Order: sequence, then C-alpha cells, then structure tokens
Amino acid sequence: MTRIYSFHGGIHPPENKRQSLGAPIRQAPLPARLILPLQQHIGKAATPLVEVGDQVLKGQKIAEPTGHVSAAIHAPSSGIISYIGLQPVPHASGLESPCIVIETDGQEQWCELHPIENYRDLDKKELLKHIRDAGITGLGGAGFPTDIKLNLSKDHIVNTLIINAAECEPYITADDALMRERPNDILTGVEIIAHLLQPSKILIGIEDNKPNAIKALRDAIRERNLPIELVVVPTRYPSGGEKQLIQLLTSIEVPSGSIPADVGIVCQNVGTAAAIYRAVIHGEPLISRIVTLTGFALGHRQNYEALIGTPFSVLLEAADVDRSKMFRLVMGGPMMGISIEDDRIPLIKTTNCIIAATQEEMPPAPPAQPCIRCGMCEQVCPATLLPQQLYWFAKGREFEKARHHNLFDCIECGACAYVCPSNIPLVQHYRFAKSEIRNEEAEQLKAAQARERFEARQARLVREELEKEQRRKERAEAAAREQARKKAEADSVSSDTPDPEAELKKLKSAASIARTKLKKASEALKNAEEKGLDGTEKLKETVAQLEEKAAAAENAWQQATGAEQ
Amino acid sequence: MTIILTAILILLSLAVVFGVILGFAAVRFKVEGDPIVDQIDGLLPQTQCGQCGYPGCRPYAEAISNGDAINKCPPGGQSTIEALADLLDREVVPLDAEHGEEKPKMVAYIREDECIGCTKCIQACPVDAILGAAKQMHTVIVSECTGCDLCVEPCPVDCIDMIPVPVTPSNWKWPAPVSDPNLIWTDRGRGHLLQEGSE
Amino acid sequence: MSLIHLSSPHVSKANATDRVMRLVLIATLPALIALTIFFGWGSLIQLLLACTSALAFEAVCLRMRKRPILFFLRDGSALVTAVLIALAIPPFAPWWVVVIGTFTAIVIAKHLYGGLGNNPFNPAMVAYALLLISFPAEMTQWNAPFVLIGDNWNVLASFTDSLVIIFSSINHGMIDAYTGATPLEVLKHRGGMTTEEVWRNDPVLSQGVFAWYGISAAWLMGGIFLIYRKVFTWHAPFAMITTLFVLSSLFYAGDPSNFADPFLHIGVGATMMCAFFIATDPVSGATSNKGKVIFGIGVGALIYIIRTWGSYPDAAAFAILLMNLSAPFIDHYTQPRSYGHARANRGIGGGK
Repeated sequence: MTRIYSFHGGIHPPENKRQSLGAPIRQAPLPARLILPLQQHIGKAATPLVEVGDQVLKGQKIAEPTGHVSAAIHAPSSGIISYIGLQPVPHASGLESPCIVIETDGQEQWCELHPIENYRDLDKKELLKHIRDAGITGLGGAGFPTDIKLNLSKDHIVNTLIINAAECEPYITADDALMRERPNDILTGVEIIAHLLQPSKILIGIEDNKPNAIKALRDAIRERNLPIELVVVPTRYPSGGEKQLIQLLTSIEVPSGSIPADVGIVCQNVGTAAAIYRAVIHGEPLISRIVTLTGFALGHRQNYEALIGTPFSVLLEAADVDRSKMFRLVMGGPMMGISIEDDRIPLIKTTNCIIAATQEEMPPAPPAQPCIRCGMCEQVCPATLLPQQLYWFAKGREFEKARHHNLFDCIECGACAYVCPSNIPLVQHYRFAKSEIRNEEAEQLKAAQARERFEARQARLVREELEKEQRRKERAEAAAREQARKKAEADSVSSDTPDPEAELKKLKSAASIARTKLKKASEALKNAEEKGLDGTEKLKETVAQLEEKAAAAENAWQQATGAEQ
Repeated sequence: MTIILTAILILLSLAVVFGVILGFAAVRFKVEGDPIVDQIDGLLPQTQCGQCGYPGCRPYAEAISNGDAINKCPPGGQSTIEALADLLDREVVPLDAEHGEEKPKMVAYIREDECIGCTKCIQACPVDAILGAAKQMHTVIVSECTGCDLCVEPCPVDCIDMIPVPVTPSNWKWPAPVSDPNLIWTDRGRGHLLQEGSE
Repeated sequence: MSLIHLSSPHVSKANATDRVMRLVLIATLPALIALTIFFGWGSLIQLLLACTSALAFEAVCLRMRKRPILFFLRDGSALVTAVLIALAIPPFAPWWVVVIGTFTAIVIAKHLYGGLGNNPFNPAMVAYALLLISFPAEMTQWNAPFVLIGDNWNVLASFTDSLVIIFSSINHGMIDAYTGATPLEVLKHRGGMTTEEVWRNDPVLSQGVFAWYGISAAWLMGGIFLIYRKVFTWHAPFAMITTLFVLSSLFYAGDPSNFADPFLHIGVGATMMCAFFIATDPVSGATSNKGKVIFGIGVGALIYIIRTWGSYPDAAAFAILLMNLSAPFIDHYTQPRSYGHARANRGIGGGK
C-alpha cells in the first residue's frame, strides 16, 4: 500500500452527492441546435474549418487547433452549420464569444472513423497526433489540451502517473458514475496514457466516499492484472485539486510557477482517460461527456451523457426542472463553479456538473461583516497562504503586497470564503486582485512595446534624416570631384608647354618693373640736372640702358599678348 | 574650562567618527536607482499621443522631471497621476481638462473600402502600427495600436474610426466585491450607501 | 433567476461572527458563576451594567457613523467586550467605574479606530489599563472572598445590598470592613517578609487563595470549551501559560524566599482569563499559528516581568497592550511557508 500523506487545511462541506447517484447514466436528448464555442479549453480558440450552410456529419472536425496550445472541435451530431459568430458561453463574465451553431438533422450520421487496432504498434508521434485530432482536453475542470500533457516525456522524465478520481467537490458525481459503469474504458485509457509516458508508477487517487466506484475499479484492475495502484484518500475538500492530490499521494509539492511534470508527475482525470480510450480504440472524437444534473429544483437528479454543445435549457428540461423553484444555476460544483444567468448557454468539454439550486439550498450570501481576523481562513487554506492578509491587501488595492504574500499561489478553491464567519466574499477579492494585476501587467507590456516601437520609429526617422543628409553631401562631393577631375584632365593636356598665362603675367610684371625703374631713374636724372649736380653723365647712361630694357620688356609682353590673342 | 574643552573635544571626535561611518555607508551601500526620467517614463502609458503638448511620452517625462505638471496625460488618467504623485512626492491633482479627458481604451479602425492609400496616417502613427503602401489599402495592427488618435486628423477621406476596445471573456476583469460595510470613521456620510440591503 | 458575476463558492458554512461571539459569551459563564459564589452578587450587577452601557455606546457610535445599527449590534462583539470588563474589575467597584470602562472600550478603543476588526488594541484591556491608572483605589479594592469573612457576609450576599453598595457612593463604606487585597497585591506589598512568611501569615494567601484558584479554573474551563469548539487555536494560550510557568519556576527554584511559586502565578490574578479570552482576541493578536505562539510567549514573559519587578501587582492589561503593538510586526515575520515555495516570505513586501 502506498502511504497517504496530507495537505494543509481543507474543509468538509456537506457532500450532497447521493441525490444524483440513484439512477444509472442516462442519455440526454438530441437538441435541435448545438452551440459549440471555439474556446472550450485553455489556450487559443480553435479556427473554424466550415462555413455557414455546410453539411456536417457526426464526428467531423469543424474547427482545428490554432497554434500549439489549442484543441480541435468536432460536430457532435450530423446537421447543417447555421451560424458562426457570437453566442453566450459558459464563462464567469456572462459575455459572448465566437461559436459554431449546428442545426441537427436527427440522422446522427457518423463520418468515417479511424479506430486504431493496436496502438502499441503505432509510432508515438502518430498516436499523439490521433489524440490531438480527437480534440481531447482535460475533462476535470481547467480543460488543458491533453496531447500536450502526454507529449511531455520528450523533455521531462515522468516517474509517476496520477489519475485523478478524487472528485472532491460536493454535488458532482460524473466521475463516480463513470467509474461505476465503465471502469474498463478508464483502465484502457490509463494504459494508453502509460504507454505514451512510460511512468514507473501509476496511481489512481480516489476519495473514500465512493465505495462503489472503488470496488468497480479494484475489481477491474485485479481482473486485468494491471500495474495500477488504487489509493483511497480521506474525503476532504479540495483533495481533488491537482497540487493537493499530488501532495496527498507523493508528499511532493509542485514548486510555485512550475508544472507537475517538472517534478516528474503527470496528472490526468478519469474522464479524460475514458475519452482517450474512445478516441484511440473506437476512433470517436470528444463529442460527448458525462454531466451531473442536480440541485433541488430538478425532478430527475442524475448523470447524463450529453453531446457537447447541448444548451443547458434542453438538459434542464430533460431533468424535469421546476423553474419557479430554481433560484441559482451553477456550472461546476458549489465551491468553484460559475453562476450562470442565461440557460441558453451550451454544455462544453469541461462542464462536469449543472446545479439548479433552490433558494433554501444556495441562499444569497448575507452581507459581509467586518473581518475580525479570526484566522479560520488560514486554518483551511490548502495552499498555506494567509487569506485574511491577502484580503486586506486586495481591498486596499495594495497589489504588490498581495503578490508578496503569494496571491498567485491561490487556487481559488473557496475554502476560506466557506468558513469565513463574516461572510466576506474572499475569493472574489482575490480574483479581482489577480485580474487587476494581470491587466496592469498586460498594460505595462503593451506600454513597453509601444515605447519600443516609438523609439524604433524615432531612430528610423533620425536615420532617414541622416541618410538624406549623407546623400546630399555625397552628391555635392561627387559634383566637386567631377569638376576636379575635369580640371585635372585639362591640366594634363597643357602640361608640356609652359603656361602661357603665367608667362604672360611674368612678362607683364617684368615690363611694368622695367617701366617703374626707368621712371625712377629719369626722375633722379631730372633732379640732378635741375640741381646741377655732378655725375649726370652716368645717370644719363643708366637711363638710356633702362629705356632699352623697358622697351625690350614692353616689346616682349606686347608680343606675348599678341600671340595669345 | 577643561570640562567645556573636553565636552567639545568629545563631541567633535564623535562627529568625526559618525561622519566617517556615514560617509563610508553612503559609498559602500549606495543604492543604484533608475534615473528619475526613466521611472517617470515607465509610469506613462506610452500612447505617444502628444496630448500633453510634448512630442511623445519620453519628452513629457523629461519635462515632468524638470518641474512640469503631472496632470497632462489623459490616456493615463487619474491612476497615472496618482502613481506620478506617489513617485515624485507631489500633490495628487485632477486631470487638466485642457489636455483632454480620460476616455476608455480605444483602437483605430480603418474602413478599408474608403481608404485611398494616401499613406498620411502611416506617417502620423507614432508607433508604426499602420500597414500599407502608396495607392494600397492601409490597415491597423490592432495589437500595436495605442489608441492615440493621431491618425484620424490627417486622413483626407475620414475613413478612420476610433472604437473602444471590446470586452471579451479573455480580457474581462473580475469586479471588486461590493456591499462591504467595513469603513472607517472618516467615511461618515457614505454610510447610506451601505445601509441598503444590510438592515 | 440568478445574479450575474456571482463569485464562487456558492455555499458557506453556517458560521457567523455572532455565533462565534455567542460561544465566547457562553464560555464566560463558569467564571461568572465562580465569581458570584466566591465574591457575591457584585460581578453579576457589574455585568448587567456593562452590557447595557456597552450596547448603548455601540448604538450611539454606529448612529454617528451612519452604520446600520441593528446589523452591527447583533454581531455581539460589544457584549463580549462588556462581559470581559465586568468580570475583570472588582465586584463592588462603584457603577461609574464600569461605565467609564465600557465607554473607553467601545468609543475610544473600538469605534475611533474604525470599528470591529480595525482596532489595534484589545478594547477591554485598553479600558482596564485606563481604569487602573486613573482610579487605582477603586480598582484595587477587591472584597475578600466569603471564605475569609466567615459568618459576616450577609451584606455581600444580599442582592439589594449589593446594588446599594455599587450605586450609592454614600454607603460605600459599608463594605470597607470586608475589603481586602488580592493575593498578588499581598505579595507585592509584603515588606521584608519572605514568600513563605507571607503565605503563613496572610489569610488571603493561606485560605483565600482557593477562591482565586477556583475562578482561574472556571476561566480555564471556558477556554478549553472554546478550543474544543474551534473558536480559536491552542497556540497563544498554551505559549503564554507555559512561558509564565517556566519563567516563574526558574526564579522560584533559584530563590524561593523572594519569588512567588509558579502555581500562584498561573492560578491567581488575570492569568487564565488573559490566556484564553484576551490573548486569543484575533483582531488585535497575531495571525499565523507561529505568530500566535510568539505573541503568547511575549505576553507570558511581560506578565512575569511586570508582576515581579513592575509597580503594578497584576500586569495582564499592560502585557497585552504591549504585545498588541508588536502584532503587525510579528505577522510580517511569521508568514507560513506557502505550498510550492522553498521558504516562507519575510517582511511586508512591496512597501516603499
């Protein structure tokens, strides 16, 4: 026997499970319209493959995954695509989201299926692609695409495969019913998962409040002699939380911000295992699931096998709803489910339970009283947080402090709000704080992006300006170079003969110098003659010489200019 | 006399010792902070809309660090003013209406049938969020648009609309819970809001 | 049909604040009975007086703060404060003592700080400390337990006479004959006598101490009942009593003639009441289990220190108020290690 460990906190809310376990799983009616939201899973919404007016067959793929983390969607029944566009979807916001609507024709005509006879002979990649093509997502709650979780063995070593059969939330019995009635489907699914992951240990964690399911599974395991260990854990909410179940069965804590595979563990829900079985062995994609219809406003509280896309109203009618008594409609369990205000919304892959509660059953929350810091929330918190401190921080919008107190490790299980004597809507405070922080982060990211783009643009403008400048400069330089080159060309032509112009200048200046000298000499002579000085003879001689020279120079210049002209 | 001298000496030597210690600490444990302009820039919404009168967020951040008012940013709104006031230790003031009013987040949308491909909006966009070429239809990259509205004015055929960003399940936010009667003494006068539904 | 945006969970445990307060009130019953048996009708009269005045003050405050009056009166927190004050003061103190006490507790210590959940100090202890400092004579005049007065206790046993004593200052002298000191006072003001001599010579200790033990036992009973009903955890009371016991044992073992024995420390005075009804007050105490232990240790140590070396014979109020001051600090440094984290966070974080 595997040792069972424990997790911090937890609560024991009234189970309310027996009401829906009185009858076996019943087939839900085929609705006239099936509404299939493109986003039923975590990740990106699927991309439609069909257009309005197309005829589709049961099981035909009508939307394919967009990118890695996404899942395909199939037509749950045959019919005609009547509308693709916004429709109310099961979401806490109550907003609309893109959907494909099929008008069913009642023929239930299957498309061609591709069952895999012996999956062990198939390449693992092929098998994974087959599972991806079947559009399987986690059926337990969050709806993470299953093929991605099963493809982890590439970069993770998986020691332990945990099959989550705890189903700890009150009211919900979908997994319980599945285990009672189809234990072999589940076990074959587990075998396929184990084939893909090759874990050294396979554990099925189940709460001790499901004796019939435990017996059915145990018998099936013994009969088939499988290496699977069924671990019965005490009933305590939220033991079915992935992290809590891992702690219960292995005492390992998944580090904050990591996935279980990082510590060698993969967790799958029993419903998912059964869906994998159907997809591989029968080739049927995920087009239906088991859903618990319960709550005291219903006449037939039991589990139904319903097509994905069936509107809630159809299911409620099938379960004989008394609308005058219905006070609150919840999808999921009473602890973590979302309240629905419009019963036209469809069943999606993650809808495990629909509660049509009367006012006595789920009365409106009394007004919140002041927090008296009683600390009961802290005693029950399965993540060992300090819920009341988080509450003060969320209320005071001190998000940084809330984050420091590990707000993002909160799994929103609702245990704190359940025990709060002052009826404070703690979980909503945390959700508010979380979405504010996420929004702030997204805005900051966007601002950073905008800044980057703005700066890139500024840089580009500056660069363009510089380039322009550069080009202008280059053009000017090129022009100058061109001129210089021309001149150089001209120079090289006249380089053998002396420059006529320079010669001319020389001659001209020589002539003018000679003239000046002559002038000065004649003036000196005149002076001397006037004063009757001695040596005028000599001066006269000089002047005559100079006159000669000047005449020669003048002559040479005149000649040169003449030659030039 | 000696007592006074001793006292002065002791105080002096204490002053010297502590001065040295403080000086050492100031050097040794110096806190490297972001330059204030970067911090201010980090708080601005980076729409680059220029409604503040500066050509972009960074120039406005520089202006603020030089003493300009902190209430000139309509896209950032009151929350940005509060954050800036907190950072700069200034008074929180309401948004200056001269520079515009706080509006919900917008995104530009080009009616593509009417676009003539003039590229004027492309030149106006501060974050290069419009794609297109001359004589070709233009379109806005929604994820990059900051909603600054600078492209609306230059369009010669008025084919650009500013539409509010739609709320979808993926960007929807949980609202804060209401009906919490836990207020303090200074809240008197607001109690009637809480009495409904409580009594 | 249903409401939009209604956050989960959709069910909650029927576990309202008023239920918690009611349990606390029930748990004070043994102490009330014990006080009445050992000291007469005084405590019951004080209790009625305290409850009436506390509710009146609470209503006036809520009215002034424009809060829904009935909604908040029903939470019972004012009653708990009133009962604790009434049972902590001397049974035959004049009426205005308890009225001033409830006024201090409700108006000053609670509503001026923002009402239930926002008060940093335990209101009852603020009131008690204020009364002790302002009216030392009235606050230390405990009448002697019946076991000491012998046959002369008719006056104290009569309900009407008790009323007269409490409400008329003229006849206040009526009980002078019966007033005596509490065991802790006797020890404090023993002069040069050794502990042993005091025990032998003073009837308050030699015979009367059993009355005090009885009352402590009654408080203990109530406390265990509350732990059993999961109103609070064992951490703070256990830590407080253990600390007090260990400290007093150490000193008593070292010097028996000068220090009181450990059983006296935990058996008389306000120790038990403080451990189970004051130190466990969630509003003004520490939050996490580790924090509660530290809070309890602090209270226990302070009680011993003030009792032994301080100028007041009993110390619960001061010890609690001092630890109330440090509760936020304790909280910041005793965060539990969250799931998936290698170690616990320290400090408040995100602060500037």
